Amino acid sequence: MNGNLLQYITQAQADYARCIDDDRLEEWPNLFHGPCLYKITTSSNYRDGLEAGIVFANSRGMLTDRVSALRDANIYERQSYRHILGQPSILSEDGAMVSSETSFMVARIMQDGETSIYATGRYFDVYEIDGAAAKLHQRTVVCDSSRIDTLLALPL
Amino acid sequence: MNEIVVPRDEASWIPWPTAWPEGLTRVPYWVFQDQRVYADEQRLIFQGPNWHYLALEVELAEPGDFLTTQVGDTPVIVTRDTDNEIYAFENRCAHRGALICLKNRAKHRKDFSCVYHAWNYDPQGNLTGVALKDGIKGKGGMPDSFKMEQHGPRKLRIALVHGLIFGSFSEDVPPIEEYLGEEIMTRIERVLGGRTPAVLGRFTQVLPNNWKLYIENVKDSYHASILHLFFTTFELNRLSQKGGIIVDESGGHHVSYSAIDPEAAKDVDYAKQQIRSESEYKLADPTLLQGFDEYHDGVTLQILSVFPTFVLQQIQNAIAVRQIVPRAIDKTDLNWTYLGFADDTPEQRLTRLKQANLVGPAGYISMEDGCVGGFVQRGISGASSNRAVLEMGGAEATSSESRVTEASVRGFWKAYRANMGL
Repeated sequence: MNGNLLQYITQAQADYARCIDDDRLEEWPNLFHGPCLYKITTSSNYRDGLEAGIVFANSRGMLTDRVSALRDANIYERQSYRHILGQPSILSEDGAMVSSETSFMVARIMQDGETSIYATGRYFDVYEIDGAAAKLHQRTVVCDSSRIDTLLALPL
Repeated sequence: MNEIVVPRDEASWIPWPTAWPEGLTRVPYWVFQDQRVYADEQRLIFQGPNWHYLALEVELAEPGDFLTTQVGDTPVIVTRDTDNEIYAFENRCAHRGALICLKNRAKHRKDFSCVYHAWNYDPQGNLTGVALKDGIKGKGGMPDSFKMEQHGPRKLRIALVHGLIFGSFSEDVPPIEEYLGEEIMTRIERVLGGRTPAVLGRFTQVLPNNWKLYIENVKDSYHASILHLFFTTFELNRLSQKGGIIVDESGGHHVSYSAIDPEAAKDVDYAKQQIRSESEYKLADPTLLQGFDEYHDGVTLQILSVFPTFVLQQIQNAIAVRQIVPRAIDKTDLNWTYLGFADDTPEQRLTRLKQANLVGPAGYISMEDGCVGGFVQRGISGASSNRAVLEMGGAEATSSESRVTEASVRGFWKAYRANMGL
């Protein structure tokens, strides 16, 4: 069972990373299920129990709005990400609900080709195992650094 | 104390490559590019007769609490001692100059000991111990002429304003009430007076530009509804809303505010001018903007700046303080501290978490401010002898009922030049 669990979660996480890196942001909200929660914070805020996020969404509508704003409202230089994910660790299981922690590294590629390590950190995820699929309910993105270069446009 | 004042050689200091133009409507680009200017700013502004935001009182709630911050380039330790008073002193050992404290913040600290040679300081910044001061077995040690009370990091003067801690290295800085003036004091009180803030999060945005380009941006009420589409479309900040700007006597402090004006809601000025901001944009989840009436005065936005590098922000229920720290000519740290208040209900707190999406490094109405300064920094490369034009709203730096003005940007340069002797 555990082997399958890891496989389902790894697949869901790979799909998520490809969605953002391939610039299919319109599909990103559909990767969340149930009572959606998405938050980007930093390890020091996470450690200190400070609630606010750089991005905070508690509905899929808010994720849709984030994408609409990035497409139609906000001004930023064209850029893309490349997500490199670590192996997920299963933190807990409660019925069909599974919590995991996965390390990530995100490179940011600017339109002139300048490439930098933009963020490293951990995904704290909650999945619902439904048949042979892991459905993402919650993702808390905990960046290792408190410093965000220039701005955070694309989701992590 | 152990301080050698090197007089500035006025005769040899010629701003490169051109002198400052007359009046307040032109800003030469070399002021954002010159290492000598940066060094002078550190000495004349950051070490000079100004008040610098250090922290919130609530971040040092109990005796023994401390945090480290910066006043310009200078590292500073801020403490609350057992007498319950706030103190601040340079984070620089009086011995050989090493950092005294390496932590960002912690509690229950009775003293500070330099890791290099264990020189020890009390929470007020007094040198209280020198390791091996008397040598070993009568040999070595400090000479009798060495007196601990004659050595120590420089201490800052402290001023408290409605829970904000300001510090100054200068003995000549006026009292904070006089420095800020009544209008600015009143506008700080409006947001923070009589309330206990609660820190909701801290983030640093690293800006690829000179610190003054960010300050200009903060004070620029002209750009807000043009660059930030999100802001305009949801009528958080239409220039046709009622509101205005306040520029203090020195020019260095400002308030920009706007309030709901139903009469102006259907204003068509924007459509006529075909500004990019005109669009149909609907939220899938409108609860983002469903705030609560916190101040009962209709003011939905109040951006307040204190010279040189402090901002207090109210955008609906998104409250934050921002501290601007220059790191290099073309690099600036923008430290955001998001605030709620201790008496927030759970619903109010959730509203603040949602509205935090408006501001910060990923803010719907602020992310552009993170890159636009970099666009200027890159744009002016090779144009040191050229100048920015600041004529919107005239040539003065005074309060105005219109926000279609650059008066508070001109005010910044008025105060800046007075500080810098330019």
